[in-house]
Order: sequence, then C-alpha cells, then structure tokens
Amino acid sequence: MIVGKLKDVAEIKEMLPEDIESLLIIGCGTCVSVSLAGGEREANSLRDLLELYYSSQGQDVRVNATTIKRQCDDEFIETEELSIEGHDVVLSLACGVGVQHLGIKHPEKIILPGVNTTFYGRNADVGEWEEMCLGCGDCILDDFAGVCPVARCSKSLIHGPCGGSQDGKCEVDDEIDCGWELIYNRAEDTGQLDRLLEYEGPKDWSTYRDGGVRSHKNPEFFSE
Amino acid sequence: MAEYTSKLEQLLEEGEFVVCSEMGPPIGADPEFIREKCDDLKGYVDAVNITDNQTAIIRMSSIAAAKIAMEEGLEMIIQVTGRDRNRIGIQSDLLGASALGLRNVLCLTGDHQCFGNDEDAKNVFDLDSVSIIKACQQMTEEGKLINGNELKTEPPELYYGGAHNPFADPFEMHMMKLEKKIEAGMKFIQTQCIYNLEKFDYWMEEVRKRGLHEKCHIMAGILPTRSVKALKMMKKFVAGMDVPDYTIERMEAADDKKAEGVQMAVDIINHVKEIEGVRGVHLMPVAWEEITPVVVEKANLYPRPEV
Repeated sequence: MIVGKLKDVAEIKEMLPEDIESLLIIGCGTCVSVSLAGGEREANSLRDLLELYYSSQGQDVRVNATTIKRQCDDEFIETEELSIEGHDVVLSLACGVGVQHLGIKHPEKIILPGVNTTFYGRNADVGEWEEMCLGCGDCILDDFAGVCPVARCSKSLIHGPCGGSQDGKCEVDDEIDCGWELIYNRAEDTGQLDRLLEYEGPKDWSTYRDGGVRSHKNPEFFSE
Repeated sequence: MAEYTSKLEQLLEEGEFVVCSEMGPPIGADPEFIREKCDDLKGYVDAVNITDNQTAIIRMSSIAAAKIAMEEGLEMIIQVTGRDRNRIGIQSDLLGASALGLRNVLCLTGDHQCFGNDEDAKNVFDLDSVSIIKACQQMTEEGKLINGNELKTEPPELYYGGAHNPFADPFEMHMMKLEKKIEAGMKFIQTQCIYNLEKFDYWMEEVRKRGLHEKCHIMAGILPTRSVKALKMMKKFVAGMDVPDYTIERMEAADDKKAEGVQMAVDIINHVKEIEGVRGVHLMPVAWEEITPVVVEKANLYPRPEV
C-alpha cells in the first residue's frame, strides 16, 4: 500500500494562507489511514489542534474535518462536493494522488497536502512500515528470489551487493538491512542462487518515471 | 610484440609486480595542486588512481585532474562511479577520457552520497560497477554502446578494472559479485585495504581455487597510516574495513608512529608479494600521500621498471 506520514503541525500552519475564514480537513480512509497518517483519527485530532491554534491567535476560522473512503476515486469524493465548495481552503490528508485528484475535481479550490507520501510499503510491525516497491513498472522479483533489489538496496544495484554491505547492514545506515543479503539468503533458502548470476543489466528504466509521466488504459474499456 | 592499451597493462601483462597509488583531486580548480603532488610520485609508482568525488565530496573531476597529471608524465587511472552520472554521461566521459589519452579506468559503484556534504542530492546508480565494466568492454572490444548502437569513429582504447573487498561478509555473496565483474570483462582488481592478513590469504586461496587470478590481475590495497585514531576510525566507521585489534595494539605500542605506520605497510607488502596471484600493490595513504615514495623504497620496490 501507499505509506504516508502526517506532516508536522508547524509545517501545516506555515502553508495555510493567512486570513482564511474556513478550512476543511479531509482524511482518506484507505492506505494512509492504515499507515496511521491521514485517516479519520488524524483528521479529527488535527482539526482539534488547529481550532485551538486559531482561537489562541484570536482568529475566527471555522475548521471542519471529514474522512472519505478514497480521495483518488470520483465515486467517493462526490459526496463531499458541497462541503469542499463551502470552505476557503482544503487540507487533504491523502497521499499525493488524493491531493491532486481533489484539485482536478475542484479547479478553483486551494488544496493543500497534510501528509508526506513516503513509499509503497508493508506493515512490518505495529506502527512500523517498510519500503518494498518503487513502482518501476517492470517487475523483476522473479529474478531475485522475490526480494526487490531496486527498492530494497539503497543504490538499487542489480548485479550484487556493494562493498559497503557489512554484517547484513547497509553502508547508509545500520538500521537498514542490506537488500542484497536478503536477496542472497532467500535465493539460497529457495534454491535459486544460480538465477542471481543470470540477470543482465542495466535495467530498463523506460517503464519508470524516466519514460515520462505514466498512465495506462485497460483495453477492456477502450476499444480501438 | 603485443600492443598494449596502456603502460599499466603492459607492466601487468609482462609480469612486473606493479605499484599503484592514489591521488585525491582538489576541492577547487587549481591545477598546481595536482602538479605538486605529481612531483612527489614521479618515478616511485607505475600508475596513479585519481578519485571520482570520493566519499561523495565534490572535487575537481577525475578526468580533468588525470589529464593534468598525465601531462606531468604520470600514468593515470581515472575512476568512474555510477553515483553521479547515468549511462549517457558515463559512456560520453569514457569516450572523452580515451580521446585525451587517459587509458586506464577503475569502474566503481560509488559511495552513497550520505557520506559527503550533499546528502540532499539525488543519486543516479543507473549503472553499477558491473555495468560500467561491461560498457567499457563493449565500447573497446566491440565498438558498441550499451544500447547496441555502433560507434561512428574509432572506439575508445581503455584498460579497465574494478575493486573488491575481500573482507566483506557473507563471503560467497561478494564472490558472486566478483565473478560477475570478471564475466563482464574486468582486467584488473584493486582490493580494499588490507590489515587482516589471515582473511586476505583465505580470500586469495578461494580466488586461486576458482582460477580468478588467471582471468584478471589482482593488486592488493595498502593503506599506510600513522595514528591509532585513524585505525580506530576506519575499524568503526568505514564500511567494509577489517582492522584487527592486533594492528591497533601494534600502533599503540609504537613510540614513533610514523615509522611504525611505514613499517606496517612494508610488512603487509612483503607478505602479499609472496602470495601466488597477487600482481601488485595499490597504495592509498589517505591524507598522507607524501609517504608513498618512502613506503615504496622501504619495500624494495624502487626504482620502478622502465617501459
């Protein structure tokens, strides 16, 4: 899923325009809700904080919060259309996708981001998320025993570890596992070591952002 | 008589025990900085590596600095990392280096930018060390770029190598990478600096078992140092360095640290010189470059052969 992190309140205050009369905080009930960054709980507590902030400043700002199932999908945002139009500014707690989708649907409304979209990751433990995928557009997990060298090696190396890998840790930070050691161990456990020698780079990056802004259509819906 | 791409290749191919050293370009644009360093090294080493923004700190480009040093009469080895340039930039630079007469290349993945002063930079790593070696091989031997297109004028003349860390664990995983580099065409290796001789001996034994020493020339990395602090720093902070406690204890016990540092380097050189498959040494006295001639003389590696 898409993982996010709620921005610091100080940064959010900084980006909010002065002299607004109303602010709508919209949480997103899917990915960022699961990563405890921008769901209903965060939207409501941010509302309380900002209300307190504005009243302490003697500013009369109406702050409301609502949460919709998915901000990246028309189906779910339609229900909030009136509410969005009724506020000066919207602070979206969705990932960058949701923030922009709201902007497309409300061309004249200022939509601000309240969350930093961090990565595509998994829930590693309670309150802990780990990056697993880069969305490169050309999955090569079959060549690497199911562990992604592109997302899980700090240098996205595809021919093996760098010299900085030591004791299973990455040269960038002791907290980061060496992606190549994970690949190697899993390849060994699953009897696929030979395959690691086969992959020939360099990787084709044209399916990633390097090929330009991406979009795709399902042919079922678009006949020639 | 065989035609060689570079003096370094000739020396290695003709069986000389080669001495390389390393030079860091200035953080600035002064060519005199390079010329002065060249004076110290002339006659004492066969070839000099010139680093490519090592530890991700911005310096004069490796190719520019190498060109200046080459004009002073030194045989140079440019370094190319994949951190800062993609396949377009790297191949273009390799063509340019060859055109300038720079014929030796050390192909490296590159330190992560978090080690330098530009942690907020975007890294590239489009090519890793294996892919850079492969690019050199394809351009020089097939006259082709990575994309398969043929070069339209003379191909570059390059003698290309890579690095390896004999102390990195797990051993087999790093050997796999080494074999990939050799498969890609790597002609020579300069190893990570050696302090742990037992481990280095073991690595060489494995190298010989696999016949890798017959496929590429191995130069042992030597890092003369003059302080306990430096040794402890390397042990603790330099990724992949193996500094045994006995090395630190030896330096601690020495009254004259500089003399001990030189002697330690000489002892390691004398040890590796006797190992089958070790074809030379690569001296990298970080922040103590002026000691290179002293070490070379004391290790009885002076004078250097004429070619």
